[in-house]
Amino acid sequence: MSLPDAAAAILWVGATFYALFGGADFGGGFWDLVAGGAERGERPRATIQRSLTPVWEANHVWLIFCLVVLWTAFPSAFYAVMTTLYVPLTIAAFGIILRGSGFAFRKSIEGLSGRRAAGATFAISSLLTPFFMGAVVGAIAAGNVPADGNGEAFSSWLQPLPLLVGAIFVASGAYLAAVFLVGDADRAGDEEMERYFQRRALGAAVVAGALAAVGLFLLDSEASYVYDRLTAEGLPLVILSLLCGTAALAVLVRGGRRPLRPLAGGAVVAVIWGWGVAQFPYLLPTSLRIDQAAAPDATLTIVLVVFGVAAVLVLPSLALLYTLAQKDLLESEH
Amino acid sequence: MLPFDPLPLAESSNLLAARNQMAWTLGFHIVFSCLGVALPATILAANYLGLKRGDEAAMELARRWSRAMAVTFAVGAVSGTLLSFEFGLLWPEFMDRFGAAFGVAFAIEGIFFFLEAIFLAVYIYGWKRLSPWQHFWAGVPMVITGIGGALSVVAANAWMNQPQGFTLNAAGKVVDVEPLKVLFNPATGYEVPHMILAAYMVVGFLVASIYAVGMLKGRRDRLHRLGLLIPLTIACIATPIQLFVGDTAAREVADHQPAKFAAMECIQKTGDDQTEYLGGICTDDGVEGAIGIPGLDSFLVGFSTDTEVTGLNDIPDDEEPPAHTLLHLSFDAMVGIGTALLGLGLWFGFVWWKRRDIPQTPWFLRAVAVSGAGAIVALWCGWIVTEVGRQPWIVYEYMRTSEAVTKADGIWFTFALVMAIYAALTAITIGVLRAMSRRWREGGDEPEADIPYAPRTETPTGRKPPHVSGNRPVGGGEG
Repeated sequence: MSLPDAAAAILWVGATFYALFGGADFGGGFWDLVAGGAERGERPRATIQRSLTPVWEANHVWLIFCLVVLWTAFPSAFYAVMTTLYVPLTIAAFGIILRGSGFAFRKSIEGLSGRRAAGATFAISSLLTPFFMGAVVGAIAAGNVPADGNGEAFSSWLQPLPLLVGAIFVASGAYLAAVFLVGDADRAGDEEMERYFQRRALGAAVVAGALAAVGLFLLDSEASYVYDRLTAEGLPLVILSLLCGTAALAVLVRGGRRPLRPLAGGAVVAVIWGWGVAQFPYLLPTSLRIDQAAAPDATLTIVLVVFGVAAVLVLPSLALLYTLAQKDLLESEH
Repeated sequence: MLPFDPLPLAESSNLLAARNQMAWTLGFHIVFSCLGVALPATILAANYLGLKRGDEAAMELARRWSRAMAVTFAVGAVSGTLLSFEFGLLWPEFMDRFGAAFGVAFAIEGIFFFLEAIFLAVYIYGWKRLSPWQHFWAGVPMVITGIGGALSVVAANAWMNQPQGFTLNAAGKVVDVEPLKVLFNPATGYEVPHMILAAYMVVGFLVASIYAVGMLKGRRDRLHRLGLLIPLTIACIATPIQLFVGDTAAREVADHQPAKFAAMECIQKTGDDQTEYLGGICTDDGVEGAIGIPGLDSFLVGFSTDTEVTGLNDIPDDEEPPAHTLLHLSFDAMVGIGTALLGLGLWFGFVWWKRRDIPQTPWFLRAVAVSGAGAIVALWCGWIVTEVGRQPWIVYEYMRTSEAVTKADGIWFTFALVMAIYAALTAITIGVLRAMSRRWREGGDEPEADIPYAPRTETPTGRKPPHVSGNRPVGGGEG
C-alpha cells in the first residue's frame, strides 16, 4: 500500500468510527426529538440521556480527527470540498455547536421552558447536522466537487442523490442509536424501554434499507463511476452489509438482543468501506485521485505515526470509557 | 467581546467579515480552552487535599468544579469544532497551500484532545462509583493532555508567526515538510509557555474571584476560603513566571517580527535610545498623550539604551500591521494587568507568610474579585497583539491574509449568525453556572447532596434496580 493510500485508509477508519459512534449519538437526538410530549417522552428521554452523557464528547472527537487528517494529508481535497460545499458544511458546523451546547445546558438550565428550549435545540440540530453531512458526502460521491474547488454552491448538493444520502445518514444514525439503546435499556432492567427501542430499531432499519435501495438506483444514474465499482469490486461488502442488516432484522423481529449490536454495526461499516472501495482511487470522483491530493511523504508519515500512537493510546482509553459506561460505573446525572 | 480591529475599508469585504468572525470565535473559544487546560489541575489540587487530609470542604469544591467543567468543556469542545470548520470555510487558500505543513501540529493535538475528552468524562462522571484514588488518578491524564493540547495548538500559531520546516516548489506548493521544525519553530519556545501560563492565570484568578465575591457578601465559611485559596495560589505562582516569559517573548518579537514590535511600541523611527511609551495614541508623527520613559524601550530590548530598534519608517507600507493604537494599547493593557496581578500576588504572599491567612481587608477581596475579569482582558489583549500584529500576513512573510480568504458568498451573514449564537451561549453559560452555584448554596434537593464514593446500590443479580437513576427529573426536550 502506498503512503497516500494508507493515509486515505486512516481517513476512512476515522469516518467509520464517527459514523458508528457519532451517528448513534445523532440518532439518540433523533429519538429524543420524536419522543412526544414532556410526560410521554420522559422515560425514553431519560434512557437516551443516560446513555449519551458520558460518551458524546468522545464520540464527536472523531469528526475533528477526520477534518484534521483531511486537511493535513489531503489539503487540496479539503480545499475543494470546503470551497464548494460551504453551505451544507456551515449548517452542519452550526448544528454541532447548537447540539452540543443544547445537550450540555439542558440538565443545568433553570426553569422548565429553558430546559425545553435547550432540549429542542439539541434534538432539532441532531436531525439537521447528520442530514447536511450526508448531503456533503452525497455531493462528493456524485462527482459534484471539482478538483480545483469553487464548484457550484447550491446545485452541487441540492440534488436528489446528495439529499437522499442526507436522509440515509439520519435513518442509519437513528437505527444504530435504537440498537444501542435496546442494550442499555436491557442492562438497566427496563423492559418497557427495551421493547420501545426494539420497535424503533425495526422501523429505522426498514426505512434505512428502503432509502439505501432507492439510493442505489440514483447512484446508477448520477454517480456511474461509484455505482459501477460498488456493483463490482465493492459487491462483497454490499452483500456483507445486506447479510448483517437482514440478520439484525431477524434478531429484532424475534425480540432478541444478541448479537444485535455487532450485526447492526457491521451493516453500517460494510457500507462505508463499500463506498471507499467504490471511490478508489479517487478522493473526489472522478476529478481528484488520492495520490494527486496527497501531501508530501513526510507529512503522510507523521499522520501514520500519529494514527499509530492513537491506536495505542486512544483506542484502549476509549475502550475503558465505554466499558466503564456499560458497567454503569459512570453516573450520568451525577 | 473583542474589539473589532479596524481595517482600511479598501480591503475586501470578505476579508473584513472573515477576520471579524475569526476574532469573535477565537476570542470566545480561547477563554473556554483556558478552562480546559488549567481547570483540571485546579480541581485535582482540591481533590488531593480532600483525600489526603480528609477535608470535606476541599472535596466538595472539587465536585462542584468538576460539575461546572462538564458545562464549560462541552462549550469549549463545540466552539473548537467550529474553528476546525472555519479554517476551511474562511481560509481555504491557506489550508490548501500550507495544510500539509502546519496540519502536523493539529494531528498531534487531535490525540491530546481525544484523550482529554475521554478522561474528563471518566473523571466527571466517575465520582460515585470509582474508588477515591482510582477516581483521582483517572483525572491526572486531563492535566497532561490539556498541556499537550495547548502545546500543539499554540505551536501551530507560533508557526504562523515564524514559519519554517517546509520546502516550496516554483508554484508555491509545499513539496517537503520537516515536522519537528514545524513544531519547534523559533516562536514555539515563548508562545507555548506564555499561553499555558496564561491559562493557569485566567483559571486561577477567575475561580478565586467567584469566591471573593461570595466572601464580600459575607460568606466566610471554610468552603469559600478554600475556594479562594486554592486557585489563587496557583495563579499567584504562575504570575511571576509569566512576567518573565512575557518579557522574553517581547524581546524575541522585537528580533523576529520587527514590524509587530514597532507597532505595539509605537516606534516611528529606527534608532537607538528609544523611548518607552505608556498609553497614548499612535500617529505618524509620534505618540500623543503618552507617558514617555526615555531610553527604556531600547534598554528592554537589548539591556542597553544603545540598542537599535526598528521603527515603522523602515517597514514597507504594505507590510505594516494595521491599527497601531489598538496594538499599542492592547500590549500596554496586557503588561499593566499582568503587573497589577503580580502586585496582588505579592500582597497575598506577604500576608500569608506573616500570618498564614488571607488578607483581612475587604480591599483585598475586591481586588481578587476583579482579577478574573482582568486576567481574561489581558488574555484577549495578548491575542490581539499576536494576531493583529502579524497582519497583513497569515503566514509571516509567506502568505497574506488577503490571499488566504474565501471567495464564498455570505460571510457577513455567517458572521452575524456567529455573533448572535455566541452572545447567547455566553449569556446562557454564565446563567447556568450561576444557577448551579445558587442551588449549591441552597443545598436543595439536588443529587449533589449525595455523598461521593458512596457504595453502589446493588441488587443480588449485580444489576442496578431499574428505577435508581430513571426516576430523577431530567430536563426533557419538547421536540
